Amino acid sequence: MTDLIKMTGIGKSFAGIVALQDASLAIRPGEVHAIIGQNGAGKSTLIKILTGVYRRDAGDVQMNGTPLAITTPREAQDAGIATIYQELSLVPLRSVTENVVMGYEPRTRLGLIDWKAAHARTREILARFGVDVDVTRQLGSYSTAIQQLVAIARAVSLDAKLVIMDEATSSLDDQEIETLFSVVKGLKASGVAVLYISHFLNELYQICDRVTIMRDGQTVATHDVAETTKLGLVSEMLGRDASEIQAAGLTALSGGHGEPGEVLLEAKGLRSKSGLRDASFTIRKREIVGLGGLLGSGRTEAARAVFGLDALSDGQVRHHSGAALDTPAQAIALGMGFLTEDRKADGIIPHMSVRENITLALLPKLTRMGAVDRERERKLVAHYIEALQIKTSGMEQPIRELSGGNQQKVLLARWLALEPEILILDEPTRGVDVGAKFEIQSIIRKQVADGLAVLLISSEFEELVEGADRIVVLQDGRSVSELQNPGITEGALIGAIAHHHERSAA
Amino acid sequence: MTCAGFFRPGGHSFGVWVVLVAMILFGLLRYENFGGAYNISSFLNYNAMFIVISVGMCFVILTGGIDLSVGSVAAFTSVVAAYLSPYGIQVALPGAVMAGLAIGGLNAVFVVLMRIPPFIATLATMLGAKGGALVISGAQTISIDWELNFTKLGMEKAFNLLPWTIVITAVVVVGLWIVLERTSLGRTVLAIGGGEDASTMMGLNVNRAKIFVYVLSGGCGGMAGVFLASGFGAGQPLEGVGWELSAIASVVVGGTLLTGGMGSVGATVAGALLLGLVFNILNFENGRGVISLSAYWQMVIRGGFLFVVILLQSHLARRSKGATQ
Amino acid sequence: MTRTLTLMRAGFDPTRHGALCALGGILLFNLLVTPNFLHAQTLFVNISQVATIAIVAMGMTLVISTGGIDLSVGAIMALSGALAPLIFLSEFAAANPTLGLVASIIVPILVALCCGVFNGVLVSYLNVQPIVATLIFFISGRGLAQVMTNGNLQTFTNPSFSYLGTGKVLGLPFQGWLVLLIAVVLYWMVTRSVFGRQLLAVGGNERAARLSGIPVHRVKIGAYVICAGLSGLAGLIVVAINSASDAARIGNLMELDAIAAAVVGGTLLQGGRAPIFGAVLGAVIIQLVKYTLLANGIADEVALIAKAGIIIAAVYLQQARKE
Repeated sequence: MTDLIKMTGIGKSFAGIVALQDASLAIRPGEVHAIIGQNGAGKSTLIKILTGVYRRDAGDVQMNGTPLAITTPREAQDAGIATIYQELSLVPLRSVTENVVMGYEPRTRLGLIDWKAAHARTREILARFGVDVDVTRQLGSYSTAIQQLVAIARAVSLDAKLVIMDEATSSLDDQEIETLFSVVKGLKASGVAVLYISHFLNELYQICDRVTIMRDGQTVATHDVAETTKLGLVSEMLGRDASEIQAAGLTALSGGHGEPGEVLLEAKGLRSKSGLRDASFTIRKREIVGLGGLLGSGRTEAARAVFGLDALSDGQVRHHSGAALDTPAQAIALGMGFLTEDRKADGIIPHMSVRENITLALLPKLTRMGAVDRERERKLVAHYIEALQIKTSGMEQPIRELSGGNQQKVLLARWLALEPEILILDEPTRGVDVGAKFEIQSIIRKQVADGLAVLLISSEFEELVEGADRIVVLQDGRSVSELQNPGITEGALIGAIAHHHERSAA
Repeated sequence: MTCAGFFRPGGHSFGVWVVLVAMILFGLLRYENFGGAYNISSFLNYNAMFIVISVGMCFVILTGGIDLSVGSVAAFTSVVAAYLSPYGIQVALPGAVMAGLAIGGLNAVFVVLMRIPPFIATLATMLGAKGGALVISGAQTISIDWELNFTKLGMEKAFNLLPWTIVITAVVVVGLWIVLERTSLGRTVLAIGGGEDASTMMGLNVNRAKIFVYVLSGGCGGMAGVFLASGFGAGQPLEGVGWELSAIASVVVGGTLLTGGMGSVGATVAGALLLGLVFNILNFENGRGVISLSAYWQMVIRGGFLFVVILLQSHLARRSKGATQ
Repeated sequence: MTRTLTLMRAGFDPTRHGALCALGGILLFNLLVTPNFLHAQTLFVNISQVATIAIVAMGMTLVISTGGIDLSVGAIMALSGALAPLIFLSEFAAANPTLGLVASIIVPILVALCCGVFNGVLVSYLNVQPIVATLIFFISGRGLAQVMTNGNLQTFTNPSFSYLGTGKVLGLPFQGWLVLLIAVVLYWMVTRSVFGRQLLAVGGNERAARLSGIPVHRVKIGAYVICAGLSGLAGLIVVAINSASDAARIGNLMELDAIAAAVVGGTLLQGGRAPIFGAVLGAVIIQLVKYTLLANGIADEVALIAKAGIIIAAVYLQQARKE
């Protein structure tokens, strides 16, 4: 059988830094093919070469056995390669129809856009995915899941032979993922190949036929998914021995062993415009409280409300000191920190150095007569670079030059430097490679042992189940139940979420 | 949203229409000659150039860019038109518009090819075009012989109905409205403002659309220069100061997001008319002799007006944001 | 090593080497071509002319470093420049000369600061785009100044006030020293103070700054207020130099000069950087180009085109370096 896509010997470097070296990829017609690898392994670069965003320095790309010369995303689309990127590559301000037909609008005889036909076509395509929405409304007014499906609808409407999904599920909840998977299976059944990139190994086993593993800009291996084990894949991604990983466990959090202390913060009946309906939980000293639930259940919203970012319409957050807690500045003054989910948008200040990024929240405490106490600042920063093993050429290096995992450590240091009582961690290890993930988890656990209280949000059930001492399960903005470690299993957590689902359905 | 017409109730720009109608009603009820043919015709005739540059500016802003050079372009092309006027309007008009297109093309080169931020690039061409206008004119107004057919543009009526200036403006406005609402190019312009990277990823020809808007805006500046020269019977190298900001104000008053991605030609025209009406009504009020406000007050009132509109927009934006959550 | 790096990022930006080279080039050209360039008089003229641009450009740099822009600087100059003579020519000032003089300096600057608060509040609390927010005063500020003076030219003889623009300290124009003083204070503020760090953080990533407890609104208002205050001061200097105040002309097109100076000096339009001495250098370059062309008998108009060329070149170099 001829491969649909065959990339061989691909090389690419950026400003002298090698991103890809002799990388290869072969996709068969109508298969679901996964690419996995740590951050920086070269997955995205390889795909962007395939879709014409980047130009390769070396190597060969073939489609159905004939050489393919693609230099722009448009040419890739015209050749039948459609891409759905991690950050949605749609325009939220424009209507659903426009996002589906953009660039391929049906025309009237006068050469003008025929909006009636466009709307009809869009409705028809979306109906195939069981999506029924007002296609004339702004795309941005719909949920991420629907936006994701619109992106796929666009791909399908272009008669794609290959659909590339880059981290397509990272912002979807379970039901939405199910819908997405059925769409993927439908695509496969109609002979369309899907290239699937994901951090979640579980998903591979659900829908993928074959998997290609990348590491350090090279292709390590390609397997039939059925012949692999999760451990085997991880060890190939890391380039480490399987038994070594197994001994260490998959996460380094291991909750449920410490003795929690007094209550530091109590949230009662939180209700907000952002989607909280009745969320209550407590955070105690020396414990990790997990917030469990599907996306959109109010996890992040609860964290934001506690940190004074979103206004409450009802309920209250009671800090043990009795002080008011309405703004992030007040929260920080009370010894709270918030490591946000979106590192790029809410975390790093790209132009600033590692030093300046670490001490950002600490500034008020580093002040001497309006000026920054530079000597104390340097000592402190040096300490955290050492303690968290942040890989940097020096504290003056701009943070944007660091890898994702190290940026995350810098942000963690920003909050640890405050010596906080309570630290909110929203997806602390998302988009971080496996090695750094492990390190970040150990740091957190150590801090908790020293008395820190942590509110943990994670989409990875493993992290939550193994890491949290308690898990508060949220559903539609309400806290519905609480699980206690040791004793929580993934099944129990899923059960707790699902149980309520059934009840609310009945 | 997609097949939005000229009027878009409930949309971002609804307010501007309400205020416009209210002001017209106010004028009609309060002043005798407000609705007279002379006032309407001279009002539109004078504001035609502002309408044209505002519409061009609207396109640029929709892509998330800005064009500060339009006022200087109008000044420059008015001089060009004046120099070409002896050869007749059939040469002077296209010549001046071409000059405007050329400066727009320069903006496009700076912004699209050299990747200079639009604000800075057009700031530079603004200075350059102003300098150019002064250099070629020797810093003098270049008067045009009233005998030439060029000056008839602003006075002679097309088909014995409306002055040519107004007809041309209407054609430009309707034409560009169709381009924006009904062509792939127009939709690309809107998409770019909504997300330039996303548009590239969708395979849209982003560069072509960006080049188009800057060239278009330059051409609109050129057209305004023609109107300026014909209306005053002279090339005016010193005119055009602050026009770009009036145009931006018109676009903003029309409800177009300065960040791009949302807005319409119709609402921009309404915005331009609205700002023009402020002057018109002020003149009438002075004419009644009850109050007497110096010309300086007009600027103050315009600024105040902009302030009110901004407050309203910010209030509306907040409300609609609250509603979606 | 760390020290030079800090210096580089706070003030001595690498993109400024281009600016330094340009400065060297212009100086060399003048030495060779312009008659009487090496004259004390030349130095005085240029210092007294560049001061206002430099002062406003430094304020503009702070605003741009938050990711904003301030179009109202020229109008605010006109406002304060029109106010000052109104005050010291009033009957009150005739009765109390000293008090009148003090008031004629303090009141206009206070008014300017209020304009800055207005701009800042619009931009921060009401979330209005900076170009639009400052457009309000750009349009109406000069109108207000003209309304106050009825559009009349105010001439006066007041040596104490004129000292602002014509006085000399150690043989050099007073306003030159003023520029130096302001630059040193602002440089310290940007590089060493908490406010400076917060300013750059807000410009670098506003959401992250807010989450880190930085009072984003207050920091932004601070930047606009400082910029407006400096513009007010510049307006006074212009009036003092001419011993006359014409609301229609004070600070006309100053916003463009100030933005150009800031950009030539290495300020990134996206925000996050505030090279104060860069702004001064940018102002010097722009002034020298103007002077060079004028001194060599080239019309003022051509200077505009030259200025346009400089701006494009400066930003293009900045851009090229980034890619």
